[in-house]
Amino acid sequence: MARFILNGEQREVAVDPDTPLLWVIRDHLGLTGTKFGCGIAQCGACTVHVDGQPVRSCLTAVEDVEGATVATIEGVSGEAAQAVQTAWENLDVVQCGYCQSGQIMSAIALLSDNPRPTDADIDDAMSGNVCRCATYVRIRAAIHDAAKSMGG
Amino acid sequence: MLARQENTPQPNRRQFLKASALAGAGLVIGFHVPVRAGKAAATADGAFAPNAFVRIAPDNTVTVMIKHIEFGQGTFTGLSTIVAEELDADWDQVRAEHAPANAKLYNNLHWGPYQGTGGSTAVANSYDQLRQAGAAARAMLVEAAAKRWGVPAQEITVDKGVVAHAGSGKRARFGELAEEAAKLSPPAEVTLKDPKDFKLIGTRLPRKDSRSKTRGEAVYTIDMKLPGMVTALVARPPVFGGKARTVDAGAAKAIDGVLDVVQVPRGVAVVARDFWTAKKGRDALEIDWDLSAAETRRSDAIMAEYKKIADQPGTIARKEGDADTAFDDAAKVVEAAFDFPYLAHAPMEPLNCVARLGADSCEIWTGSQLPTVDQMTAAAISGLKPEQVKINTLLAGGSFGRRATPDADMVSEAVSVAKAINGRAPVRLLWTREDDIRGGRYRPMYHHRLKAGLDADGKVIAWTHRIIGQSIVKGTPFAGLIKNGIDKTSVEGADTLPYAIPNLTVDLTTTDVAVPVLWWRAVGSTHTAYSTETFIDELAQAAGKDPVAFRMEMLAEHPRHLGVLKLAAEKGDWGKPMPAGKGRGIAVHESFNSYVAEVAEVAVDESGEIKVERVVCAVDCGRPINPDVIKAQMEGGIGYGLGAILHEAITLDNGRVEQSNFDDYLPLRIDEMPKVEVHIVDSTEKPTGVGEPGVPPIGPAVANAVFAATGKRIRTLPMAQHDLRGA
Repeated sequence: MARFILNGEQREVAVDPDTPLLWVIRDHLGLTGTKFGCGIAQCGACTVHVDGQPVRSCLTAVEDVEGATVATIEGVSGEAAQAVQTAWENLDVVQCGYCQSGQIMSAIALLSDNPRPTDADIDDAMSGNVCRCATYVRIRAAIHDAAKSMGG
Repeated sequence: MLARQENTPQPNRRQFLKASALAGAGLVIGFHVPVRAGKAAATADGAFAPNAFVRIAPDNTVTVMIKHIEFGQGTFTGLSTIVAEELDADWDQVRAEHAPANAKLYNNLHWGPYQGTGGSTAVANSYDQLRQAGAAARAMLVEAAAKRWGVPAQEITVDKGVVAHAGSGKRARFGELAEEAAKLSPPAEVTLKDPKDFKLIGTRLPRKDSRSKTRGEAVYTIDMKLPGMVTALVARPPVFGGKARTVDAGAAKAIDGVLDVVQVPRGVAVVARDFWTAKKGRDALEIDWDLSAAETRRSDAIMAEYKKIADQPGTIARKEGDADTAFDDAAKVVEAAFDFPYLAHAPMEPLNCVARLGADSCEIWTGSQLPTVDQMTAAAISGLKPEQVKINTLLAGGSFGRRATPDADMVSEAVSVAKAINGRAPVRLLWTREDDIRGGRYRPMYHHRLKAGLDADGKVIAWTHRIIGQSIVKGTPFAGLIKNGIDKTSVEGADTLPYAIPNLTVDLTTTDVAVPVLWWRAVGSTHTAYSTETFIDELAQAAGKDPVAFRMEMLAEHPRHLGVLKLAAEKGDWGKPMPAGKGRGIAVHESFNSYVAEVAEVAVDESGEIKVERVVCAVDCGRPINPDVIKAQMEGGIGYGLGAILHEAITLDNGRVEQSNFDDYLPLRIDEMPKVEVHIVDSTEKPTGVGEPGVPPIGPAVANAVFAATGKRIRTLPMAQHDLRGA
């Protein structure tokens, strides 16, 4: 039995302890905003926050988040989350959109840590998130906009 | 190998022959705008549906039925804009919804009887059709208001979703008129707006899919949940052309949650209650593969054969004058050979499909790029009629051509599994990333040889271009597109070379290799633009001329090429000196009737690493529908093309694909993305596509910039394999 807090709610799931958190969230708990892209922590589509830190859920066994607080795109909140999502919409960052939950979760984590990132900081923090539509120009711009709106 | 399997449908060959190039530019067949006859339909919920594309509900929402899948290129936004413009709707009241599979209503007007998305045709083939649809709906709303208010229709105005009569002060929103409008007959003819009166077309309207995709709410196929649904993963042969000889499923079946193991035409499927269990089950399968008919060569051995083949002439794709004789008069002859690798599409959402099979029905949920083909394939496998197959097209996490397979691979696998378990449960068929990278359907590998002769004044008097590689359509139902031995998708961009060269020959030799190939964003132009536009740069150097001026001299008959070339050069600071170690390069190319020029600025550091710092792009895609979507597609096309030329390649060893995931098939990441500026030509020509045309110029623009920075020509891709240290 795996136990953790997901988007503010205590959850218990009967799965093998080696089951990746991603598939527990998607297949067992029914939240599908977090995406499967590679399964080896190379693309970031599955990024969630575990105790506030960005984590690739495809390679995180559910036993490793025992008792932890997990936030997904559906439940992420706070000033940085709002700023990022608003900036993303204002700039129409998305194209196919599939990687964007992960991009947004990484961007929120970046801004929570560093309210005024440079382009180099952004490249550093976001280079684990692949976008095959290559929306990178707008991702950079949206992070800067979000930082500004937060007064950074 | 595109091995025909027992269950592969045999679609009407003549219909396929009529279908135009999915990808080839300029082949437009059977363009017509059907005018709907008869009464407008009132739907069960009181909505007004004057034609197949527009639905206005009493709650005032306008739903536009989108016949082209939204996979990022912006069809939900662009096609809705065209309807909303003629309807005079308020953008906020407009919703977009994928149309069902129905080739009678929703065929691609450039492809004849087929419904599908590709070749950057979505806006180009829909523009007139959707203007008509919007205008017809508007006329009926006006007529309904005129009747209700007892005023002449010509005194009524419509603006932002409100129908008004100034004289009487009466006003009504669309939704309030829906029920009455639904009782009217659609007009036989409609008057379209004068484009100078456009209010929405040409402006930046927000995307219709931004909010849901920013909140994790957009539903893709992988997100589908149906009661009792099971998940299937297929073990496929490790080498193209292999087959399962024997299967030991004992260990797989012993795993709790594995429900079944079944053989399907493409491999062995593990059916389980969820993904992770299915994956464990698949890992536990023991399969003895029969590889006797499989491809077992190395990809470089295949390339070596291509080079030998290139010593012999191929089939003529284009011939002007007599190049062979003209070389005798040349003051200077320049030759170059190019190698292009196999490329994977690797859309972010791995391939997938959900299928539910009943006794007399089959329902499919997938990112359907070719709904007609998907429907026929599902029908053939399930033994049903095509009209018994319902296709629900969902948003797709990218495609770049991968979802447009002539044999509907995702649908075929899902329906085969559903059939193998006797329709007991809806099947969610998923591919992993490894399945995707190793699954074939690549941009073909090609070898090009170019030779040109310059006269004493540096004018190009002779040009020969030889292309060796696999055909994308050969052996598929689209083989009818091969004309006089030429698969247009192999030579497009080379046989349409715009430069005024009096003696020119383009020839092609199509090879047979058992590696499955497919159209990949911008198709033939992904390699022809690279070879022609870098070779032109070499010729400019040989002639001692500026690359832009050199091109301009030969483009007098091609004003749209010239237009984007000049615009990109001007905005891209062409001619302005660059510091040591940096260089600027340019390329111009037409694909899918859109014209794009790009200027790239690159820096090559001491370690030899190429950093593309800035790209300035000029695009002429006719009348711009949504400039921001155009801009986004240019940015994205540049990034997609850049990743490929820098470091993407699929290679084979003993027939096995050497790459497997994003750790060895290397996509472009944010730290490699240049600054991009996009300039759109203010055109009044008919709108054309933007999904693909941004891709072709980036490779040659970067290669020419690398030459400017280092003096080295890169003729074998990807670039990462070249040592540019100390250059």
